[in-house]
Amino acid sequence: MNSILLLIALLPLFGALVNGVRAFAKPLQPKNRAVTNFLAIASTGLSAVFAAWVAISYQQPWEHSYFTWIPAGIGHVTGGFLSNFGTDFALRIDPLSITMMLVVTWIGFLIHVYATGYMAHETGYTRFFTYLNLFMFMMLLLVLGANYIVMFVGWEGVGLCSYLLIGFYYEKNFAADAGKKAFIVNRIGDFGFILGIFLIFNTFGTASYGRVFALASANPLHYSGVATAICLLLFVGACGKSAQLPLYVWLPDAMAGPTPVSALIHAATMVTAGVYMVVRSNVLFRLSPVAMMVVALVGAATAIFAATIGLAQNDIKKVLAYSTVSQLGYMFLGAGVGAFTAAIFHLMTHAFFKACLFLGAGSVIHGCGGEQDLRKMGGLRKYMPQTRWTMLVACLAIAGIPMFAGFYSKDEILSGAWGFPKFGPAIWFVGAAGAGLTAFYMFRLYFMTFSGSYRGARVEGIETSEPEHGGHSLIPDRTHLDEGDVDLDKGHGHHADVHAPHESPLAMTGVLMILAVLSIFGGWIGWPAALGGSLPTPFQRWLEPVLLPLGGHEFHFHEASIGLEIALMATSVTIAVIGIFIAFRFYKRDETFSIPNRLATRFAPIHGLLTNKYYVDEFYNATFVRGTVVFSRALSWFDANIIDGLVNLTRHVTVFLLGYGSSLFDQFIVDGAVNGLAYSAGASSRMFRKMQTGFVQNYALVMGGGIVLIAAVYLFLKP
Amino acid sequence: MKYDFGIDGIALLLILLTTFMGLIAIWSSFSAIDHRQKEYYVLLLLLQTGMIGTFCALDFFLFYVFWEVMLVPMYFIIGIWGGPRKLYAAIKFFLYTLAGSVLMLLSILALYFFNDGGIPFLHIIGLGNGYTFSMLQYHNIGHLIPVGLQMWIFAGFFFGFAIKVPMFPFHTWLPDAHTEAPTAGSIILAAVLLKMGTYGFVRVALPMLPQATKKWLPFIIGLSIIGIIYGALVTLVQKDMKKLIAYSSVSHLGFVMLGMFALNPMGIKGSVIQMINHGISTGALFLLVGIIYERRHSRMIADYGGLAKQMPMYATIFLIAALSSMGLPALNGFIGEFTILLGVANRSIWWAASAGLGIVLGAAYLLWLYQRVFWGPLDNPANQKVRDLNRRELALGVALVACMVWIGIYPKPLFDMIDKPVDYIVRKVDPGYFDLQQMPVPPPTTVATVEATK
Repeated sequence: MNSILLLIALLPLFGALVNGVRAFAKPLQPKNRAVTNFLAIASTGLSAVFAAWVAISYQQPWEHSYFTWIPAGIGHVTGGFLSNFGTDFALRIDPLSITMMLVVTWIGFLIHVYATGYMAHETGYTRFFTYLNLFMFMMLLLVLGANYIVMFVGWEGVGLCSYLLIGFYYEKNFAADAGKKAFIVNRIGDFGFILGIFLIFNTFGTASYGRVFALASANPLHYSGVATAICLLLFVGACGKSAQLPLYVWLPDAMAGPTPVSALIHAATMVTAGVYMVVRSNVLFRLSPVAMMVVALVGAATAIFAATIGLAQNDIKKVLAYSTVSQLGYMFLGAGVGAFTAAIFHLMTHAFFKACLFLGAGSVIHGCGGEQDLRKMGGLRKYMPQTRWTMLVACLAIAGIPMFAGFYSKDEILSGAWGFPKFGPAIWFVGAAGAGLTAFYMFRLYFMTFSGSYRGARVEGIETSEPEHGGHSLIPDRTHLDEGDVDLDKGHGHHADVHAPHESPLAMTGVLMILAVLSIFGGWIGWPAALGGSLPTPFQRWLEPVLLPLGGHEFHFHEASIGLEIALMATSVTIAVIGIFIAFRFYKRDETFSIPNRLATRFAPIHGLLTNKYYVDEFYNATFVRGTVVFSRALSWFDANIIDGLVNLTRHVTVFLLGYGSSLFDQFIVDGAVNGLAYSAGASSRMFRKMQTGFVQNYALVMGGGIVLIAAVYLFLKP
Repeated sequence: MKYDFGIDGIALLLILLTTFMGLIAIWSSFSAIDHRQKEYYVLLLLLQTGMIGTFCALDFFLFYVFWEVMLVPMYFIIGIWGGPRKLYAAIKFFLYTLAGSVLMLLSILALYFFNDGGIPFLHIIGLGNGYTFSMLQYHNIGHLIPVGLQMWIFAGFFFGFAIKVPMFPFHTWLPDAHTEAPTAGSIILAAVLLKMGTYGFVRVALPMLPQATKKWLPFIIGLSIIGIIYGALVTLVQKDMKKLIAYSSVSHLGFVMLGMFALNPMGIKGSVIQMINHGISTGALFLLVGIIYERRHSRMIADYGGLAKQMPMYATIFLIAALSSMGLPALNGFIGEFTILLGVANRSIWWAASAGLGIVLGAAYLLWLYQRVFWGPLDNPANQKVRDLNRRELALGVALVACMVWIGIYPKPLFDMIDKPVDYIVRKVDPGYFDLQQMPVPPPTTVATVEATK
């Protein structure tokens, strides 16, 4: 089993390495796509099969150390103990890591398949799959690691892949900017994360989950003080990776990457790493009510904040991006109120329906020749029926309509929020209101895309029946401006001939259908007690071993009376239905969108605020980015003129004081310094000539002098 | 006359670094140096002798001789084969380091006299152990030196070493020397010469002057943290690629100093490992800048853009070198930075927090550089016909990348090599460090962390 587990992670790495070498060795020649496909798909597919095998044969949590990675040495632990601060490369299997592993490998595999269709005409095809496979490897390290350091490796590794994939169209400045921004914002989060890891080392003498959680759960009172600091620092890391306030700004820009990347990395897997980390550290978080409160509040605030921005975006991927930020907020909200299983449950269902939505959006963009503006779509139900039906299912799932996956997970989170001792109902209300907004903007997206009649020009589209056109650059030269915002992912559309939107190939629609099915049935494993399920639900029972007892007290799942549960559900479903209905009135019934347009005019300031995303990017640019650069320029000036000026001044003074001394040594310094300072070309060249002809002896002499001095001291002063 | 010669794991690692990077530097010069080649290689080899000699010396006499020998060939390498302001840079480099080493010489002499007769005019009574330059002897008598004298001796060594490191605010010779030196000169300078200072601290200052080390500690920690952040900020806005990488060295060497003065095994081990890593990563970056300079004769960032399209191999290797330099896990830089910060945090989480800002800024300046040089449109016509790496350059790059990956994934052999010497130093500087009790094993819980047997 040990080697199988390792193989699950290593297979994608193998695919990445081979494809990487192929891409590296002959960068400018087109590669054999069949080979690339085989390596990429077979490695992830096999990895997914092995993952399923490990899951099926799972009996109890275990971990295995493969080799000693960083034998850092003996350190002092708070309380006056020594401990070995070394780190092993170790992997762990328990219900939580199995859940994550299955989501990552299977969704990853599906998206790889989809990408073979979507990316078929790109020049950097092999490079793309290299990065994508590398991402799978890093993500698997993140979720399978048995200590915080291995998690951190995966954590930064997925960040690197995200950077490379966002910047996949590196020739476009917006893609390059977005990649860099993602990496740097994530680094700010990672800074907190690694400080948290150091505090864990100082407190527990190790970063291994097994030991840390065993110590913490055995002596909860002893560790509760430091747990707050640790958890808050870890949560800074989670905010960066999972795009929470105030570090969410990179995620919407990350849509510059190809759409399969947005689906895999920026919706289904990588961005949920923060949620995984918080749930993984649930023992520590439960020790600190303050940290839990912070997590819940940040989650709730992000959920509603991002949802409001999502209301007014016109780029299909931007809407989905803000919806991802908002949904991640729900997951943190769940974790913060102690509904850890609900957070992971929502993570999983979200992976299904959000992957489906993004891939559906990709299919739409593909079919419309690279168009991402919702206002130029419409009526696509005629042209792309499969995409339409699958996206409808995913929209119903995210809106939280009963029978669809999102309903069960979101409901579990909201019900947990209601029962939270501090501000429970208030947090619930924020969550429910956010759910209404979500339902509205998702169906706005749906109706604007598929209903009515087609509003775009006859597009210059990609033509799958012309494979000989593959291989040339698909990055169009024009950049499309959308209200001052650069349109992203314009990688599709290159033909001069004009034709109608069309359905995508089977590799894409097939994946969409699988994900749509999961977006329905994936939620049924968490069927709540209020609707005739069991308590705890099967999913809660599955994850229970991860929720260690604290000081002997078993973890209790939140339970409420069935009447209250049903009332809460009914309310949130009603809010969601109202959201859908408004979207229907605004965007389906009326082709000209007269109501929303009127509202936008009447409430122009608010509308402006929303379309401009509350000007947060502008604010960050003006303060942090600009501030750092200006301050650095000042420092650079200070360095060149003051610090170095002092050095040069010292030399002037020395030269002045020594004057023209008689000894050779003095002469050398003076000459050297004076000449070195002289700006005239004549002086330098004279110096240069001297240096070449005679000054070697001087150095030899100086050196010899020093040696003689020491030798003399040694010989004569020795008794 | 008797002299001591010997190495331990720390010196061995640095010698390996010296020989490896020396090879890289020489091989990188084949096309870069087109005049006075014989003298050039003679000087490079002489430089190697000086550097290896310094690492091998267990005797202050030899140490000082080799220390000074190193200066001369580097002076000529910068002065003859350097860029437009080569003379200014060469002389500045030479005089600045010379000034420091004169003070170091005074400290050596003070130790020398203290071991036997004392220093009468300062009313310092010696130990009467006989006159010797053996470093090992001073490792043993270090704690006997009166604290006041230790402080002064430390000061002398501090200037000698801190200028070489270079620590803030003694760093201004570095950007000039790096910018003007030929590629191989920059590689050696960054990879090995800067390590002389840090090596000096770990070999001389810590074990010989334990009390002074602790008294000087806040000052050195302060300078290191300032160096890390200040260096990184100044790096951010450099317009010249070589200068940018040179300033990043100030930041990186700040980490090395910080880790060393955490005075615990993690900090010092990390510091030694980071010396090696910085040598490889920064050496690689200088090599890569040299490669593009040979083709385009410009080091200005603004002259580039979109090179990834024209030179994909070069761009890939540059990216890996940059990632290694910014401490991305699974590459070498992370191992050093992580271990250093682990040790520093074990002493004070606030120091680690301040230094950690350097990591964030490290990503910022390297990625910004990368974006401006390699990404974006390839719009400068002069860049549109640049050749990608040739075989020799590719081999150099791949060799360096292999080291980065190896150290990043399996650094245990390196750690094993320095394990005992570092413990020795920790015991010298903090004799009670290992006296505490071993942490008890945690009690069993419901989650069994069993070894899987299947």
